[in-house]
Amino acid sequence: MIRVNNLSKFYGGKRALGPVDFEIADGETVGFLGLNGAGKTTALRILACDLRPSSGTVNVGGIDAIANPHDVRKRIGFLPENPPLYADMAVTDYLKFAAELRGMSKAEIKRRMPDVLDVTDLTLVSNEVISTLSHGFRQRVGVAQAIIHQPKFLILDEPTRGLDPVQIVEMRNLIHDLKQNHTVLISSHILTEISQTCDRLLVLGAGQLLGAGTEAELVGSKSDVRTITIAVKFAALPDDPRAAMQALLQAVDGVTDVGVPYEQAGAYTFALSTTRDCRADVSRAVVAGKHDLLKLDYTRSELENTFIRMVGVPASSGATAQGANDARN
Amino acid sequence: MHGTKAIYLRELGAYVRSPLGWVIAAVLLLVDGILFQTQALSGQQLSAIVLERFFWSTSGVVMIASIALSIRLIAEERQNHSIVLLTTSPVRDAAIVAGKFFAALTFLGIVLALSLYMPLMIKVNGKVTAAQIAVGYTGLMMLGAASLAIGIFASSLTRQQLVAAVLGAAMLTLMVMLFPLAKRVDAPLRDILSELDLWWVHYQNGFMRGILNLKDVIYYVAVTYFFLLLSVKTLEAKRWH
Repeated sequence: MIRVNNLSKFYGGKRALGPVDFEIADGETVGFLGLNGAGKTTALRILACDLRPSSGTVNVGGIDAIANPHDVRKRIGFLPENPPLYADMAVTDYLKFAAELRGMSKAEIKRRMPDVLDVTDLTLVSNEVISTLSHGFRQRVGVAQAIIHQPKFLILDEPTRGLDPVQIVEMRNLIHDLKQNHTVLISSHILTEISQTCDRLLVLGAGQLLGAGTEAELVGSKSDVRTITIAVKFAALPDDPRAAMQALLQAVDGVTDVGVPYEQAGAYTFALSTTRDCRADVSRAVVAGKHDLLKLDYTRSELENTFIRMVGVPASSGATAQGANDARN
Repeated sequence: MHGTKAIYLRELGAYVRSPLGWVIAAVLLLVDGILFQTQALSGQQLSAIVLERFFWSTSGVVMIASIALSIRLIAEERQNHSIVLLTTSPVRDAAIVAGKFFAALTFLGIVLALSLYMPLMIKVNGKVTAAQIAVGYTGLMMLGAASLAIGIFASSLTRQQLVAAVLGAAMLTLMVMLFPLAKRVDAPLRDILSELDLWWVHYQNGFMRGILNLKDVIYYVAVTYFFLLLSVKTLEAKRWH
């Protein structure tokens, strides 16, 4: 169990994190979600005892991480954003070094090494010098050093950063394997990665904890807005298509707004904001007006929308565009 | 201290694996050999004077080599982010600094051992004792240890190796210039500055002439310990940032 109370971190006079409170149960896989600068890395570095908090308490497996960081470090494996590698060392030499730092004996290292190389799929490159490895393999070596001492808690900061799509899938599979034996904390601003890997999410924004729960819980709590997209070919083109559609759907219960349409090949596509699934009523109203209904899509508020609303960034800002783009990656 | 041996062996291996270690060793031996040929062996001199001149020129080379060997030890780790492996392992900051210091000192010792042929030539052809040579080399190692400690402290302050080199060289130069500076001020400041001087008082007047003073040994141990302690405290302080 990891228990964090009233945790804050200031860099100079600037607050980077907190105060935040959260708990992570044994065996859970928890994702720290937030835009760049949200405080994810700061939180993970504090949990890994790499950084001291300005205030608050951190209890890892029943041990006070601030009073006894050494005891906590023995129980934690940490993969930072940039894997802590020595490029001049061969993979096995590096892993032996990492294991010795964690206090493992030669016999223990010898027993453990084949398993770690196997789990991280490094057996074929075990004698290669790290500087000659691809980015994906380096990331795997970073994971290998984090698990060699069989820590109870595994902290992975942006584990898929810089990986190509194939490597991302491989890393995701690796994390799924690691979930069997470790309590895993992952930070990312990539929603698909987090949603596919984690049991529970902690959403951070500007150093504050904005929400916590499973993906369904987070989406459900914020899912008061639904979107219906329709493409309509008018029987007679009105002067103002949006006003015409608003008039047409005025009587439909649940439609709260009709978005500005775009025109393509004579058809107008509208995004309708609704408070319920009223597709049947919308289609009936359009057909009753003698118009052609060419398309009808329904989307509930999904994690991406939930996330953007939670971090509270205006839709028109560049930050949102960046966040949304990152989120889609 | 747990972790010191692992870090010591890794760092020593890094010197051997990287071209930097060998370049520093080659330059040290080359410059030392040239200075021996042009300075120590010039003209007719007593063999004891020749030996003194050898230790005089070698001390300068040792101080420069020590800075070159030490500046990468922590700054490079910060630059490459590899220091996180050390700082998130159950290893004390003192163990990190100690492992790196002893690795650099060992490498310096190996390189200095390769220069031993020069004083041995003086011994074979002149009248110097093995004890004189041993005391001189002890002084070089102590001067080297203090210079390495200063370099490691400079390395702990920044992630830029060039900045660390400039800082280390500046601190070392200041320590060497304390004695000339002391001559320009009055007592008791003069006495204090003289005793703190890194080279003139404790090396030139002692080890270089084959004189082993306990006071000089204590001075170098204290300077080395002081700068290593500063390095440890700097590492600890960085955890707050």
